[in-house]
Amino acid sequence: VTFQGTALAFLFVYLSTIDRSLPRRETAGRRVSANVMALGAVSLVTDISAEMVVAVLPIYLVMGLSLSPAAYGAIDGLYTGATALLRLVGGYAADRTQRRKFVAGLGYGISCVAKLGLLAAGRSVGLIGAVIAVDRAGKGLRTAPRDAMITLSTPPDDLGRAFGIHRTMDSIGAFLGPLVAMAVLWLAADSFDAVFVASFCIAALAVVVLVLFVRDRRETLSGAQPVVVRSIGTLISAPGVLRLVAAAILLGLATIGEGFVYLLLQDRQDLSLVWFPLLAVGSNLAFLLLATPLGILADRVGRLPVMLAGYVALALAYLALLLPGGWALLVIVLLLNGTFYAATDGVLMALAGGILPTGLRTTGIAMVQTGQALAYLGSSVLFGLAWTFWGQLVALTGAAGMVAITVIATTVLLRRPRQTADAR
Amino acid sequence: MNPRTRILLTALSAFVLLGGAVIFALVARDSGPPLSKGDSRGTPSLAAHDRLIFLSGRHLASVPANATTGHAVVSDLQCVRVYAAAGTGACMHQDDPWHYSLLTLDATLRQTSRHKIAGLPNRLRVSASGQMVSWTTFIGGESYNKGGFSTRTGILDLRTGTSVPNLETFAIHIAGHRSHAIDHNVWGVTFASDDNRFYASLATGDDRYLVQGDLAARTLTTLESNVECPSLSPDGTRIAFKQAVDNDPRKGWRLSVLDLKTRTITHLAETASVDDQAAWLDDSTVAYTLRAADGTPSIWSVPADGSGNPTLVRNNAESPAVI
Repeated sequence: VTFQGTALAFLFVYLSTIDRSLPRRETAGRRVSANVMALGAVSLVTDISAEMVVAVLPIYLVMGLSLSPAAYGAIDGLYTGATALLRLVGGYAADRTQRRKFVAGLGYGISCVAKLGLLAAGRSVGLIGAVIAVDRAGKGLRTAPRDAMITLSTPPDDLGRAFGIHRTMDSIGAFLGPLVAMAVLWLAADSFDAVFVASFCIAALAVVVLVLFVRDRRETLSGAQPVVVRSIGTLISAPGVLRLVAAAILLGLATIGEGFVYLLLQDRQDLSLVWFPLLAVGSNLAFLLLATPLGILADRVGRLPVMLAGYVALALAYLALLLPGGWALLVIVLLLNGTFYAATDGVLMALAGGILPTGLRTTGIAMVQTGQALAYLGSSVLFGLAWTFWGQLVALTGAAGMVAITVIATTVLLRRPRQTADAR
Repeated sequence: MNPRTRILLTALSAFVLLGGAVIFALVARDSGPPLSKGDSRGTPSLAAHDRLIFLSGRHLASVPANATTGHAVVSDLQCVRVYAAAGTGACMHQDDPWHYSLLTLDATLRQTSRHKIAGLPNRLRVSASGQMVSWTTFIGGESYNKGGFSTRTGILDLRTGTSVPNLETFAIHIAGHRSHAIDHNVWGVTFASDDNRFYASLATGDDRYLVQGDLAARTLTTLESNVECPSLSPDGTRIAFKQAVDNDPRKGWRLSVLDLKTRTITHLAETASVDDQAAWLDDSTVAYTLRAADGTPSIWSVPADGSGNPTLVRNNAESPAVI
């Protein structure tokens, strides 16, 4: 069976790299640590599982269950902000107990079980919504401890490369997910249940890899001060932390949401709604090709210039959406959009790794990610309103203008802290 | 734990988990048509008389028209929508969740032709003579809080094998004026007895019209507004259709009948919102599919003169056609 064979082959390639790199880790200065590779493998396998479901969900609801597309929109739009608090609590708990691996594993486990929940929810829209909320909660819980473990396993000078490689592996999974989903549908004669079961099995495999291969790296923090609620005050007053959170919020504000980008593309191209999730595959391809080179570049020339270049790509993507349609436009917009994510997503975390104190790093990363997520939610709502009331031209020009403001503000905010944090 | 043990454990987990996923997929593949109690597997004939053809769990099925809640014969043929007349069947078939085909069938459900169709299946009709087939698909929009949507409607002539893939290419006249709007959408064709004239719905902007079409002249001409999914009565005098409540489709649709001679509109006794192209059971009754909140379909019927009450025709069934 090709699908199983390919998946196994992928896994063994990764596992063998992890194993071989173990003894050489200390000597090979420019190598990415085994822990980062292991976390990357976990993310890769998890993202196959997650994107399988994302790719079939609209079709499942509309064709499988004969629900109206409006019901899908309602299910999809919920819960983005709701997981923010959970993320902060998870980050704090991980720092307090110093059990980052456990908290991340809990998050991976919750999302894994949620896949079976889709099977159990049957045809009930309410239950399907609840299961998706649980799945998102798991994602919210695991992201900050995972990124904290990456920073704690990597020397500060190599953070860009480490996050670049992690994000590349992550998006390889996201790229493969829809393809695996199609393969399962083909194998199972269009049984959606089979997709959910396969998604569960793949997610469970990721948890096994996490348990067996990821190390918590608690040892690096021994002797540090115990984390209590009051420590959050210390964290906020640490040099550069507020500026970092502000930069993350700006990043969120500049992003109108991939959903809108795809919607605008669909508007130009008369794309069938069934292909909608596959536009993400195009964006992911650019992301996975560029995340590592841009991460390495960020380590060499500085993280700020790479982030600013990412913003320029984003502004160009918004302006390109004002042009008349065509397949060239579609490719260019997806490429620019993927470039933006490759130049900002991991790079922001690399910046954070250099600024946040180690003992409170998970909490700090959770704050950065929450600020970004909430600002993103706000900006997508604003963009939707602007589109409705003033039309695409005003909305897109406004979004591009917001990016320009972000570029200036980010430069002002991050120029000084970067120098202090990255002082060599 | 040494590296070798960890790799062995992972390989073992991978084998068990991925193997389990594959076995589940293969088992799911082999499950045949879901049979309700009393139903049997078989090949219903489309040449029979006084039978209701419908979909049971997405499988083409048949029951006697005078005992629709009784035992059905359920075929292996899977369709998303079905219609039949005069020994000809039409089935919108899912090739995979992203691709669909229109199948035409002879009286023994043997496939006589197959046509790829773009988009998601929506409406399907066969003319009373069994010679003409029309289908509608959703192409895009329709979701993601965009009010608009886009449909594609085609007509297939089984005598000549020719087809019109998109009725939007016909000359369109709205209230006497030729319209060149780019947002025309046509859906829900119903054929007249001469197999040349037909009726359909046309939308442009926020307006939805009943149009009369002429296949030979390649024209569409508006007759009435706020009419969707017309269905011509067997005697050709009336059209059953869904009328948007307060002329706003977001408020749902009232099943109604238009008298073509007097142009009077009668609301039928069904008060639930009907999002379907009705099918006439005889000259005085129309049938339609209703869906529960979870998507489970059921077929209902109601008198065509506005009297009486809706009657359940069959549970867990959709896409009715009487032969």
